[in-house]
Amino acid sequence: MRENLHRFFRAARGAGVHVSPAESIDAMRAVAQVGMSDRAILRDTLLLTLAKSQDEKLALGDCFDLFFSQPEPRQDQPEADSNAASQDADQSPSSSSASEAGEGQPPEGLGPLARMLLSQDRNAVAAAIASASGAASLSDIRYSTQRGIFSSRILDAMGLQRLRDDLDELTASNPALAERLRAALDALREAVRDTVAQGLALYAREEAENLRNEILRNAPLARIERRQVAEMRALIRQIARRLRERYSKPRKRQRRGHLDVRRTLRRNAAWGGVPFLTAWKRKHRDRPKIVALCDVSGSVAQVSDFFLLLIHSLHEVVDDVHSFAFSSHLIEVSEILEKKSPEEAMAEIMSKVGFGSSDYGSSLVDFEKDFMSTLTPQTTVIVLGDARSNNLDPRADILRRVSERSTRLVWLNPEGRLAWGFGDSEMPRYATFCSIVRQCATAQQLERAVSDIVATYQ
Amino acid sequence: MAEQKPSIAIEAVESGLAAQGYIASRQIATAVYLSQQIEKPILVEGPAGVGKTELAKAIAAWRGMKMIRLQCYEGLDEAKALYEWKYAKQLLYTQILKDKLGEVLGGAQTLHAALAQLHDFGDVFFSKEFVEPRPLLQALEQPGGCVLLIDEIDKSDAEFESLLLEILSDFQVTIPELGTVSAITPPTVILTSNSERDLGDALKRRCLHLHIGFPEQRLEERIVESRVPGISQTLRRQMVGFIHEIRSLDLKKLPSVSETIDWARVLVLLQASELDTDIVKDTLNVLLKYEADIEAAQPQITTFIAKAARSNVFG
Repeated sequence: MRENLHRFFRAARGAGVHVSPAESIDAMRAVAQVGMSDRAILRDTLLLTLAKSQDEKLALGDCFDLFFSQPEPRQDQPEADSNAASQDADQSPSSSSASEAGEGQPPEGLGPLARMLLSQDRNAVAAAIASASGAASLSDIRYSTQRGIFSSRILDAMGLQRLRDDLDELTASNPALAERLRAALDALREAVRDTVAQGLALYAREEAENLRNEILRNAPLARIERRQVAEMRALIRQIARRLRERYSKPRKRQRRGHLDVRRTLRRNAAWGGVPFLTAWKRKHRDRPKIVALCDVSGSVAQVSDFFLLLIHSLHEVVDDVHSFAFSSHLIEVSEILEKKSPEEAMAEIMSKVGFGSSDYGSSLVDFEKDFMSTLTPQTTVIVLGDARSNNLDPRADILRRVSERSTRLVWLNPEGRLAWGFGDSEMPRYATFCSIVRQCATAQQLERAVSDIVATYQ
Repeated sequence: MAEQKPSIAIEAVESGLAAQGYIASRQIATAVYLSQQIEKPILVEGPAGVGKTELAKAIAAWRGMKMIRLQCYEGLDEAKALYEWKYAKQLLYTQILKDKLGEVLGGAQTLHAALAQLHDFGDVFFSKEFVEPRPLLQALEQPGGCVLLIDEIDKSDAEFESLLLEILSDFQVTIPELGTVSAITPPTVILTSNSERDLGDALKRRCLHLHIGFPEQRLEERIVESRVPGISQTLRRQMVGFIHEIRSLDLKKLPSVSETIDWARVLVLLQASELDTDIVKDTLNVLLKYEADIEAAQPQITTFIAKAARSNVFG
């Protein structure tokens, strides 16, 4: 039972449910109370102890159904026996064949696997597959390319070699029986392949997901394929959650040892000023105020999309965000982003200002004219764009005024450093007024950039 | 025998709760049984009005235990949840004992001796006598055990959550001046949450996690039957069917079980024998709490009643 539960925990982790050691101990204790006999109760018990949210419950429920559609756990016992028996048989074929010759039906001299297949005992075969997959440690399977090697390992553990010898012998002596055995072997291969596929579905999900995410994190945002966009959004949401957990700490922190005399006196007025309750001075922490200017012209649009998605899912960490999108002129898009789903919002923004040829100068003029008042001395201004202004006046003087009115001005450029300043790139002229300029082409760089911005407020 | 026991025990929980008028699904009963067996709190999540708080009340009534309720809100702190010193009493006693104090201290020859004696008094004034137990401490001090309901934990601050951890895992609290107070009998702890904010992993880890959603039609009928006995079977079926149709709409606040029960009471009061468009229109405000929701549901009423009636024929 323990072995089975452990394997289930691994499968649960693969399904994206966080199972800590402490939780697995709790689950074990609970299962010890209810027993494994009643499937429905077992399912409820595991859902109660392991899953900690509605999403996890759904995932774990699916995982449970998949896991326990495998051979029954209680077959552990006989299967271990048969395994031992088969090993015996391998070691001393002469004695075993002598002792079992009494059964008569399958001819003498056959290995245990051949006998099992010929007798068509489906339960025994299933049990043998289960025990062999245990021996081949199927739960270590990680990638779909490993299916072949695990299949052959399982077949080897079941005694394929012996079976082949038997087949060779039989073809000579008893062709009809050999034909039957060959058919049975094909069926066995298929069954093993199914088992391995199921094992892959159960155990490999976590690893495969990690690998895919790793690749995705380092892929240039501007060039990801259409089918990956949804995955990327999920990844960005994950990043947002991580940043939220890290930075959404309480905003007031007591400064130990600094008595707030005024508040202490006021609070203890009821007891004649005898200080029963003490009040300490607090330090107030600001949450970031962010003004984001995003270039949404063709080349940079994708990066801006993910950046806006990230910034706007940081509600708990960031006090207020004003987002502006521009290509040839600039509009405020905070409301669109807040009210609509990411897909709809981006579509609307694109239809309003997107895909034009970018004109940084006139966009900055638009910003100065209408929105300069959004900047306060606590604001961080983030500009996301490639600074390619099609040889129009860059109006770097406006950027200087923006920089003077805010705490910091961060420029995120999706292009590599090498390209800055070449062609129509105005990056060097803008860079003089920025506190930080950094490249930001992949999800990982995006995460770092936002994390650094938020961290300076802590 | 040992294999059979749990399922019987879980059924016993189910029927025990049913006797108190709480119709529990199998999952709920399993959670209650397990929390008793492995002594773990239950964290109940779900939309408002599906009977999270009722569950605690039903367990208390069924086991014949006292229920202690702690309603959480923003700014709830130790002093209101755990314990507080009785300042007024301490002050009063120092006043009354002034003479006595003088007497005792008068005996001291040096300042040091007086100070040493004064130290002893400090311990006297910070003893159990002067502790005002708040719900959490009360729950630990019940000799016969109790049901501790920590309601709407998601409304409290993150700091308060951390305060709870000691109680939830070890059933004890540490009071700096007195030491550790352990539970005489571990209480059955039920925490409820409306998922207004995500609870910390540390808290979740210490609890069994139970999600109560809207019940299935059959179950909801049974709930109405037990809560509003006066209602006829046809009407009960029709109204529950109708509510299930309403829940398929995209509304601001879906009607939950408590609204179903209220509505059943209203229908009984109005002596309705069957659902018809007029009576539904007149009483829709019992089910739906937002003007926009009522407007969204209005045009669908006739269709829904027809659907609910039709499902009766086959069901």
